[in-house]
Formats: sequence, structure tokens, C-alpha cells
Amino acid sequence: MELDPDDIFKDDEDDSDSEFYQQRESSKEFVVYLVDASPKMFSTTCPGEDQKNETHFHIAVSCIAQSLKTQIINRSYDEVAICFFNTREKRNLQDVNGVFVYNVVEREYLDRPTARLIKDFDCIEESFMKDIGSQYGILSGSRENSLYNALWVAQALLRKGSSRTAHKRILLFTNEDDPFGSIKGAAKADMTRTTLQRAKDAQDLGISIELLPLGRPDEEFNVSLFYAQLIGLEDDDAAQFMPSAGQKLEDMKDQLRKQMFAKRIVRRITLLIANGLSIELNTYALIRPTTPGAIMWLDSVTNRPLKTERSFICADTGALMHEPRKLSQSYKNENIIFSVEELSEIKRVSTGHLRLLGFKPLSCLKDYHNLRPSTFVFPSDKEVVGSTRIFIALHRSMLRLNRFAVAYCGSSFHPRLVALVAQDEIISAGGQVEPPGMHMIYLPYTDDVRLIEEFHSESNVRVPRATDDHIKKAADLIKRIYLKDFSVCQFANPALQRHYAMLQALALEEEEIPDTIDETLPDEEGMARLGVVKAIEEFKLSVYGDKYDEESNSVGNGKANEASKKRKAAAENAANESANYDWADLADNGQLKDLTVAELKLYLTAHNLPVSGKKEALISRILTHMGK
Amino acid sequence: MARNREGLVLLLDVGPSMHRVLPEVQKICSMLIQKKLIYRKFDEVGIVIFGAEDTDNELTIEVGGYEHVVVLRNIKVVDGDIVEALQELPRGTVAGDYLDAVVVGMDMLIKKYQLTNKGKKRICLITDAQNPIKDPYKGTKDDQVSTIAVQMAAHGVRMETIIVRGRLGEDIDQRIVDENDHLLHLFSEKTSAKTVYVESPTSLLGALRTRDISPVTIFRGDLEISPKLKIKVWVYKKTSEEKFPTLKKYSDKAPPTDKYATHEVKVDYEYKSVEDPSKVIPPNQRIKGYRYGPQVVPISSVEWDAFKFKPEKSVKLLGFTNASNILRHYYMKDVNIFIAEPGNARAAIAVSALARAMKELNKVAIVRCVWRQGQGSVVLGVLTPNLSEKDKTPDSFCFNVLPFAEDVREFQFPSFSNFPASWQPSEQQQQAADNLVMMLDLAPPGKEEALLPEFTPNPILERFYHHLELKSKQPDAAVPPLDRTLKKITEPDPQLFSESKSVVEAFCKSFEVKENPKLKKSTRRLLQEKPSGSDDEGGYGDTSNALAIKSDESQLLAKADKIGDLTPVQDFEAMMSRRDNPDWVAKAIKDMENKICNMVENCKGGDNYCKALECLVALRKGCILEQLLPMAGTKTIQRFPSPSFQTLPGEKAWQFLGISCIKRAHIDFHIRSHRQ
Repeated sequence: MELDPDDIFKDDEDDSDSEFYQQRESSKEFVVYLVDASPKMFSTTCPGEDQKNETHFHIAVSCIAQSLKTQIINRSYDEVAICFFNTREKRNLQDVNGVFVYNVVEREYLDRPTARLIKDFDCIEESFMKDIGSQYGILSGSRENSLYNALWVAQALLRKGSSRTAHKRILLFTNEDDPFGSIKGAAKADMTRTTLQRAKDAQDLGISIELLPLGRPDEEFNVSLFYAQLIGLEDDDAAQFMPSAGQKLEDMKDQLRKQMFAKRIVRRITLLIANGLSIELNTYALIRPTTPGAIMWLDSVTNRPLKTERSFICADTGALMHEPRKLSQSYKNENIIFSVEELSEIKRVSTGHLRLLGFKPLSCLKDYHNLRPSTFVFPSDKEVVGSTRIFIALHRSMLRLNRFAVAYCGSSFHPRLVALVAQDEIISAGGQVEPPGMHMIYLPYTDDVRLIEEFHSESNVRVPRATDDHIKKAADLIKRIYLKDFSVCQFANPALQRHYAMLQALALEEEEIPDTIDETLPDEEGMARLGVVKAIEEFKLSVYGDKYDEESNSVGNGKANEASKKRKAAAENAANESANYDWADLADNGQLKDLTVAELKLYLTAHNLPVSGKKEALISRILTHMGK
Repeated sequence: MARNREGLVLLLDVGPSMHRVLPEVQKICSMLIQKKLIYRKFDEVGIVIFGAEDTDNELTIEVGGYEHVVVLRNIKVVDGDIVEALQELPRGTVAGDYLDAVVVGMDMLIKKYQLTNKGKKRICLITDAQNPIKDPYKGTKDDQVSTIAVQMAAHGVRMETIIVRGRLGEDIDQRIVDENDHLLHLFSEKTSAKTVYVESPTSLLGALRTRDISPVTIFRGDLEISPKLKIKVWVYKKTSEEKFPTLKKYSDKAPPTDKYATHEVKVDYEYKSVEDPSKVIPPNQRIKGYRYGPQVVPISSVEWDAFKFKPEKSVKLLGFTNASNILRHYYMKDVNIFIAEPGNARAAIAVSALARAMKELNKVAIVRCVWRQGQGSVVLGVLTPNLSEKDKTPDSFCFNVLPFAEDVREFQFPSFSNFPASWQPSEQQQQAADNLVMMLDLAPPGKEEALLPEFTPNPILERFYHHLELKSKQPDAAVPPLDRTLKKITEPDPQLFSESKSVVEAFCKSFEVKENPKLKKSTRRLLQEKPSGSDDEGGYGDTSNALAIKSDESQLLAKADKIGDLTPVQDFEAMMSRRDNPDWVAKAIKDMENKICNMVENCKGGDNYCKALECLVALRKGCILEQLLPMAGTKTIQRFPSPSFQTLPGEKAWQFLGISCIKRAHIDFHIRSHRQ
């Protein structure tokens, strides 16, 4: 680990930007949505969400629209193309019939989704018949094969980029399980063969073809007629294919908006064990708070991006200077000067390594020994052969003996004492839930821990403690309000989801912002169940006796009432006082600045406006409020 | 004058038995004063030493007695003089009587403040409590202590005692120690006193809280179990990282003659259009933009305020769940603590009952918190019981923030069981690891837990304040090396490692690590880097280790000077990578070509043929790496007799070479033209 003096001041969290760019280079996804637009897609309907019948075309298109809206937030560097086949008009680079690549301005056929694309695509159904049109592309007697053409166009679109850096997919939406059903004899066999060969060629180039069949309750999509061969299904899989495809369609619609991060090593570190024995580890950030994304400042007039320039001015001489390399700390009425180099030297108490100090039982790791999100550690044999073996041995021992390791992490960003807690792999039906490895937990130092409990124990009286009866009632209560399958990632962050919804509405100029559901609210119905209510009442009776209502009204709210009464009185007073001024007149004559801040605040308080800020801010707030 | 100034008297035992820890006592006390000088400039401090040779205090003049107690500094506003006094504590010659010192300290506080400054008077006693106190003139020692404690409580003086425990096996009178323990415990029963025991010098450095922050609640209100049951709680921060002090930028532009120079630096921000850098935009004309795909969507603060998520201030219970559902590494931030509203006995019982029941059932509570009105987001967290063992401290909950679905990145990692057998530890190795984990025990039963976070000082901040003090005396002082005591935090404790030397050695012997030979030199850095800490005594055996590997390699390389029959590919690669003479590369290629031709010509069956192909692949790869021949290997390929091509299924030879169709046409052409 190089120790870059400039890095010393950077925080781990600061490199979210670099993470952002990193993501761009790592594997992305190129997707071509291939939608059948044959008349059959429009004529067949099935019951939709509101019990209304919806055409298959509508289902496919709205599914793509939903998926695009999620993707632009989750993986905005992925590229998509939307391509219809069995169309009247044609638009594609190969100039083949029956295939129409949908696009909007300022965008290549296969490109990152844009707001414009999503917006226009949202109302594609209105203009589809006029601009693109629907028409069967495979007819007996003609040699046209629109499915073949579509696959060809899709494959050509996906020629971009190497298959090593990008994952390429074709998603095929259709309700025709036998595309060559109308053709007979040798022509059919021939068409089937060439189409399958086309698909195989695409697959050989590393493109995966996925089928999203649309069926009806009374008319199952028979995948074995043709498509099983096209997507390479074995006989056994075919039976399970249909239910899973249905699920996939649902999943596409109901994805959580969640920024995806590529798996990336945060840092490679060495763990020094003893006597010069050291092993190589990679660290990963598995849990980090997600923010709405970086803010870009724009000029509000032109909406063009701005850059921030920082300049340093010497307060004594007014001279422009470079970023100072010296810093000062006032101490004993003097300025003590440190150079940047000295400060980084001070912080360099150890090398960038992780140094093993010993082991402790897990019970020594208290719940309050935490400061920031943990970092995941996984061994690597890339540079030091034998690392993984040692890591596995220690990992097993620590799990078996219920111990964690204490180490000093001398990284330049965040030198700290850390706990390494071994985590065994947890696998559920869905796959890996917790990877095997160790979690590095950053420990506090003495001055980071506050003794709140002692702060409140100054009186000499014993504090009241629960009796066994109280505890028993509490236990009953706990058993009643029990979340059986709680998992930490079951709740979406309502503020973030709201932000994404707002972003989407503004970007697509939607008229109203779609409601987001706050999943974090307690289950009111569950709480109102008889058993729960009874358990709560018994606990209440046991602890509070019959004085619960009395107490809740007097003790706590008493104070709050007083405070709010005071506030109300102040507002009334301000309203009275402020009536003594002719605000409109003062504002018109520019005399507001002659008033004192206290006087200005009277107006603000009377109109229930915030009273914070400097005098100018107050004046401008008053003017804004008056509409001037 | 600051309202909250604190009056503190340090009572320091300097008797002979304390001499070995006095350096640490000096350090921790001067650190305390240093931090006061920066953060609490108006606090007042006095120093009393006991066990000293001399006697110098007011009480001895007024009433007699109180020998060997010296008031080193009377209570005064903190300044550099106090720091200096603390750095040169006189070494005492007699066994000190801490009770005398307590009385002298009390007397000083009472005389100085009378009844003002209530609650902000503190006595801090550091002693090893190995020496008996004198018998009182009348009554028992217990009575005497009680009288003093009552006085203390009456004047609102808090007392903090740090008792330095000797290492085991030292010659101490257990009876006296027990008596002193008992007496000091009496203090904490009768008044607000706290006693901590430390064993190691490192924990002594962490025992005294050097930064006194008055806690502030982040929430006061109801913990809503259900709409029908609300418990009044206060929420505080339990941990909060003490940051490195923010230093001011310093300008040396002012002429040295200017006495009134502020040396401050003003930082100005200007916002300029990216397209037209000459255009400066006023700050209030800016608007925030967020990325939406390739575009940036502007969101004005008005829109933001109108549509943003606005939850109501509340703390609501979602339910209880098994403690095992919440893994330790989910904890996201610093920790909060929920305590029942002070003075509200019912709430205290309710919290206590829930906490104890949760502990019993091994359950935790999931809560949704909005601490303040107007807060733009909710916090999801887990309450874990934090039971108190002392009668005077209430039961409480620890609160840790949990991640939302968006915050969890689901990266997949291989299972350990899927790794090759060569990466799995053998039984004997596992045993060695078990022994290591058991023996390198930082919390051995019956002894003090080493590196307990609550007693571990921050080595970086300690070093900074040390340097600051040095600089205040001599502006160009160099950065001091990390203190010996602090080194026990950043480096393994030599004592612990030598106590379990055999286990450590056995562990190191059972495992073997070596640098990956396939990596290029330039990318190797992990093992070769030497610790470059504050000094070099931590130099580990890394260098010898690295040397051993190097010699290994050179041996391997020295052998490869021709391409043999057994391992032609490896020989070739080794020759190609020899860097001692550039001729090796040319020789390697030539030899390899000959070898391949030989093999092909003497080819009897498919076996040899495949081998030849492998060699060809290696040759091609090597040539591409060296960027010698763009069509590397094609010259050789023509020598493959055409019948043998047909013996291979399909066009395996080409696939083997990984040559694309276009290139292949090129090669075909190449071969054909060559033949003609």
C-alpha cells in the first residue's frame, strides 16, 4: 500500500466518485429488446391488473418501459436497443424487411437509455400503427422471414464492444409459439433451419437469447414447438421454463430502483500475522449507505453545468496564493504551524498493513463498539501463494472457538483498531446470502465512547428495576410482536425511492409524481390484533398500573405543551407588534434595511417563516413572501 | 467567562510504588490539560501530589497533619505552566495517604468556589492504592470515608479514581489492597464517584477521559411500542468518533515585521460555466442537478421541498426478531443509546423490563426512527439490550443503524469448499491455527482485557498533541516517534507473543507462503514493502523471506538455457523471460521452431502432434508478448505436413492458435505464397 501524502486527508467515503467511474469500465450489459409486433400481438388479450383486458403488445411494451425506468437509475451505463419485428415499415442498417429499430434523436440504436427515449416510448402505442405498423412477416409463398431478419438485426446491433467487457442479451417478446406454422413442407423446414442457425451463430458470439413468451389462460404458449430449440432448452427444462418465464416478466416490472455497483476490490492489504508471515487480502465494501448520487451544480438560467473554482486569498495582504502547505493550530495563545508533510507523518503510525494483535472471545465485542460500516475481507493468492490456506485455517478456528481477531489497520485513510469477525457462508435456496470471509469492524477509542449511563446516575438513589413479573409480561409482549423472517434488506429507503420517483417525473416531464410506498411503517393491522392488544394492555397494567394515561398526559406532554404555548404566545406577540409597521411601504421604499434584525424577525415570526440567516437573507425572505 | 467551566483537582500519587507508571501519569495528565487548552480554555485545574518528600498545603498550616501532601499548583485557569509542571512530576519518597490528598483537594475546591460552580467540580485521583491510610483519631476508617463522602455530595464534587494494579506476582500486601478497595468503593456508594482499575500502562493512558463533552440528546419523546403504548425515552450518542482537529490554513505572505498579521487564508469559491470559463455565476443562481442516464436533471429547492419525503418525528417499533437475524457487520454507523426519561420511574421500569426480557429470549427490536421534525429520511435500526450491572445506572438499549435494501451490495464470492485441495488447510495446519487463536489471547480469564476500546487511547491524536506541545516550545521540532506505550496498540505486544512463542512458531512453520512467480516484478509489492513506521525496530523477517524467493527463482532460471524434450513449453517460457542477455529471446524462438519442426517431422501418432501444437501455441504467445513477429509462428506452421492436418478433427490447429478468420485468410495466403 503506497502512502500518498495527499491521500491521508481523504476519507474512505470520499472515493464514491472514483467508484462511479470504475463502474463504467467494468462489465456492462447490452440488451436488445426484440418485440413481436404482428397483428396477433394486438388481437390477443388477457386480463391485466385492473381486470381490464390488455393486448399482449401492451404488456410487452409497458414491461420494457418499466424496466427502462429502473435501469436508467440502477445501471445507467448499460446500453439498450428496442427493435420490433413483423412491422409494415422497416428501419435498420441491414435494410431488411419487417424489422423496425425504434429510436429517438441524439441517440444511437444501441445506446444508454435517455429520458427522451423513455418518455417517447411511454406513448408508443398511440403512434405505433401510424408510424411503424403491424404486418405478418412470415407468409407462405414468400421467402421473407421476419424472425430471421430480426435476429440478424439484433446480432448486428450487438456487434459493438467485446463480449469480455459486456454481457450481451436479446430479450424476445412474442405470443406466437409456432412462427412458421403457416408454411408447409420443405420451405418450412428450410426456414426453421436457417433461423435456428442464425440464433446459434448469435449464441456462439456470446449473445444470450432469452424468450419472454406471452400466453393466455386458455391458450398456453407451447415452447416445445419451436422456441425450445432456438433458446437451447433441454427436454427436462422445458417443463419448468414457462412458470419461470412468467416470473421473469413480473420481475422486470417490479424491480426496485437501486443503484448497482460492480464488484470491485476497495483495497489490497497484507495481514501480518507473526514472525514475518504475512498473507494477502482483498477488501470489499458490501454495505455502504446509498446516497441520491452526486450533485452537479447547474446554471439555473441556462441549465448548463458549472465548475467550481477555489481560490486562496491571504487575509493580510489580499494576495492570491496557492493552496497553503502550512496549517496552524492555536495553542497557548500562539499559532503553532504544521506542514502538510508533518501532519501526514503524524498520522503514519504504522504501515499500510493490517497487523494481527491477538484474539478475544466474541462476547468482548459489544454492540456499541461500532463507528462506521464494516469492510469485507476475502483472501487472495494472486501475489502471495498460500494466503488462502492460512486464511481458511484461521477462519475456521475463529468460528469454532467463537473468537474474533483484533488487528491494527494502518491504512492511510483510516488508521484504526479493528475487529475481524469471521462469517461463515450462508446459503439459502436463492443462492449465497452471506459470503464466507471476515468482516472488519472499526473499533472506537476511549474518547469515542461516551458514558451516558453514568452521566445520568449522579443521584445516590437506586434506579428502578423491572421485577420478574414485569419481565414476564414484557416477554409475552415480545413473543406477540414477532417478526419471523426479518431480513435487513427487506426495506427500501423511502427517502431514496421518493427521490428517484421525483427525478423520473421531472426528467420525463410527467404531470404527477408517482406515489412511493413507505415500507418502513409499522404494521398497524398486526398491532391491532386481539392477542397483541391484550399483551400490550397487560404489560401496561403491570408497569404503569392504571396511571398510564395520567402520566402520558402530564409528564412528557406537559413540557411540550409549555414549549408550544410559549411559541404560540411569541407568534401572537410578533403578530401584534408587526402590525405596527407598514411593511409594504417599507419594502417599496427600500427601507427594510434600516430596521433591526429583531424588527425584521417580527414580520417573519408573524407569518410563520424561518428566522434564520443574515440580515440580507431575512430581507430577501420578506420580499419574496410579499411577492416583490 | 464561560458558564460551564470546570474546576478540577488532580491528586497524583508519586510514592515509590508509583514510580514505574509515573511517565504514563504525566502523559495522560498533560494530554488532559492540552485538550482543555484547545477545547475548554476557561477550565481551571489544580495539582496535588502525595507521597512526596516535602509537605506544602494550607491544611497542614491551619490544622496540622497532612504530611507529604504538596499542592504543586493551586487551582487556576489552564495554561502552559500546568502542562510543564505535569511533565516533571517530582518522584516521592514515602508511601502516600490518598485520603489526606482527597481532603486537601476538597478543601481547595471548597475554598475556591464556595457554593458556586455546582456540579462542575471534580477530583481525579490516580494511585495504586497499595499503601494503608492512617487510622483516624476517632471512629473507624469507614466512618471517616463516609464523612468525607457526605461532604463531597453536599458540595457537588464528583470524584474519579484510577487505580493502577500491579502485575501479578509483585510483592504487595493483599489485605491492604482489599481494605483500600473497600474504602474507595464506599465513595462510589455515598457520592457520585467512579473507580476504574487498570493493569497495563496502555490502558492507563486510556483510563482518563481527556475530552469532556457534555452529552446532548438527539431525541426526546416516545418510543412507540404501539399506538396504545408509548414509553418516554431520551436518545444520546453512545459512540462518536473524535476527529483529528481541524487546523486553519496558514499564510506566510505577511511581512515578518507585521505584528498584527492574522496569517489567515480566505477561501473563495467561484462558479463558472464549463463552456465559457470567463462567465462567473453568482451562488444563488445555481441549481442542483442530478444524473438521470446521460442527462442531468435540475431540481430547484422549491420543487425539492414540495415533493421530498417528509416523515413525522417519531420512534416506532416494527417488531421483535431473533438476535441471530441481525449479523454484527450490518451495523452501519456510530451507536446511539436509548435511556428512559430521567426521573420517570415507570418509563425506567418499562425499558428495564423490555431489555431484560429481550436478553432472556435472545431477541432484538427493530425500530423506525425520525429523530427530528423535518428530517428528510427515516432511519431503520436495531435495539439491543444494554443491561447495567450497577444499581445506580439504569438499563438501556443500544441502537445501531441497519442498512436499507439499496445499501447492500450482493457480491458473490466462491465457497471455501470449492477451492482446490492445495488451498485447504490440512488437519495438522488446522490444529496449529486453533492453537494460535487460543493462545494469542487478549482477554485471558482473571486478567485485564488488553486493548479494550474503552481504555485504548487514539495513538494518532496522542502523537499529535505531543508534537503540538513540543512545537510550542520549539517551532521546528521534529515529529516525535510513537510512544512505547502506544506502540502496543499498533504493533503486537512482544510479551504476549513471546509467552506463546512455541505456538506462533509452530503456526509459521506449518504454513508456507511465497510470492506468485507468474507475476511480473513491477506488480509485486505486497511482500517486499518494509514497514516504514516511525522507527525501524519493528523490522520483521520480510527481507530474508523475499531474498529466499529471489534465489529460488534465479536457480530455476539458470537451468533453462536450452529447450529440452521433457518440458519444452516451460523451458521456452523460462528462456523468454531471462533478462540477463537480450540474445536469449532470439535463441529461444529459434530453438523452439527447430523443436517443433523436429516433432512434426518425426511424428508417429496424434500424441506427439498435440505436443507440437502446444509448443506452437507457446511460441506464438511468446512472440506476441515480445512483439517480435506479428504473424508469429506462421512460418513454422507451413511445415506441418498437410496429411497430418487432415488427421485432426475439423480445424483444431487453427482453433488452437486462436486465430480469427480474417487473420487466417492472411496466413493461408502467406503459406501459399511461400510454397510457390
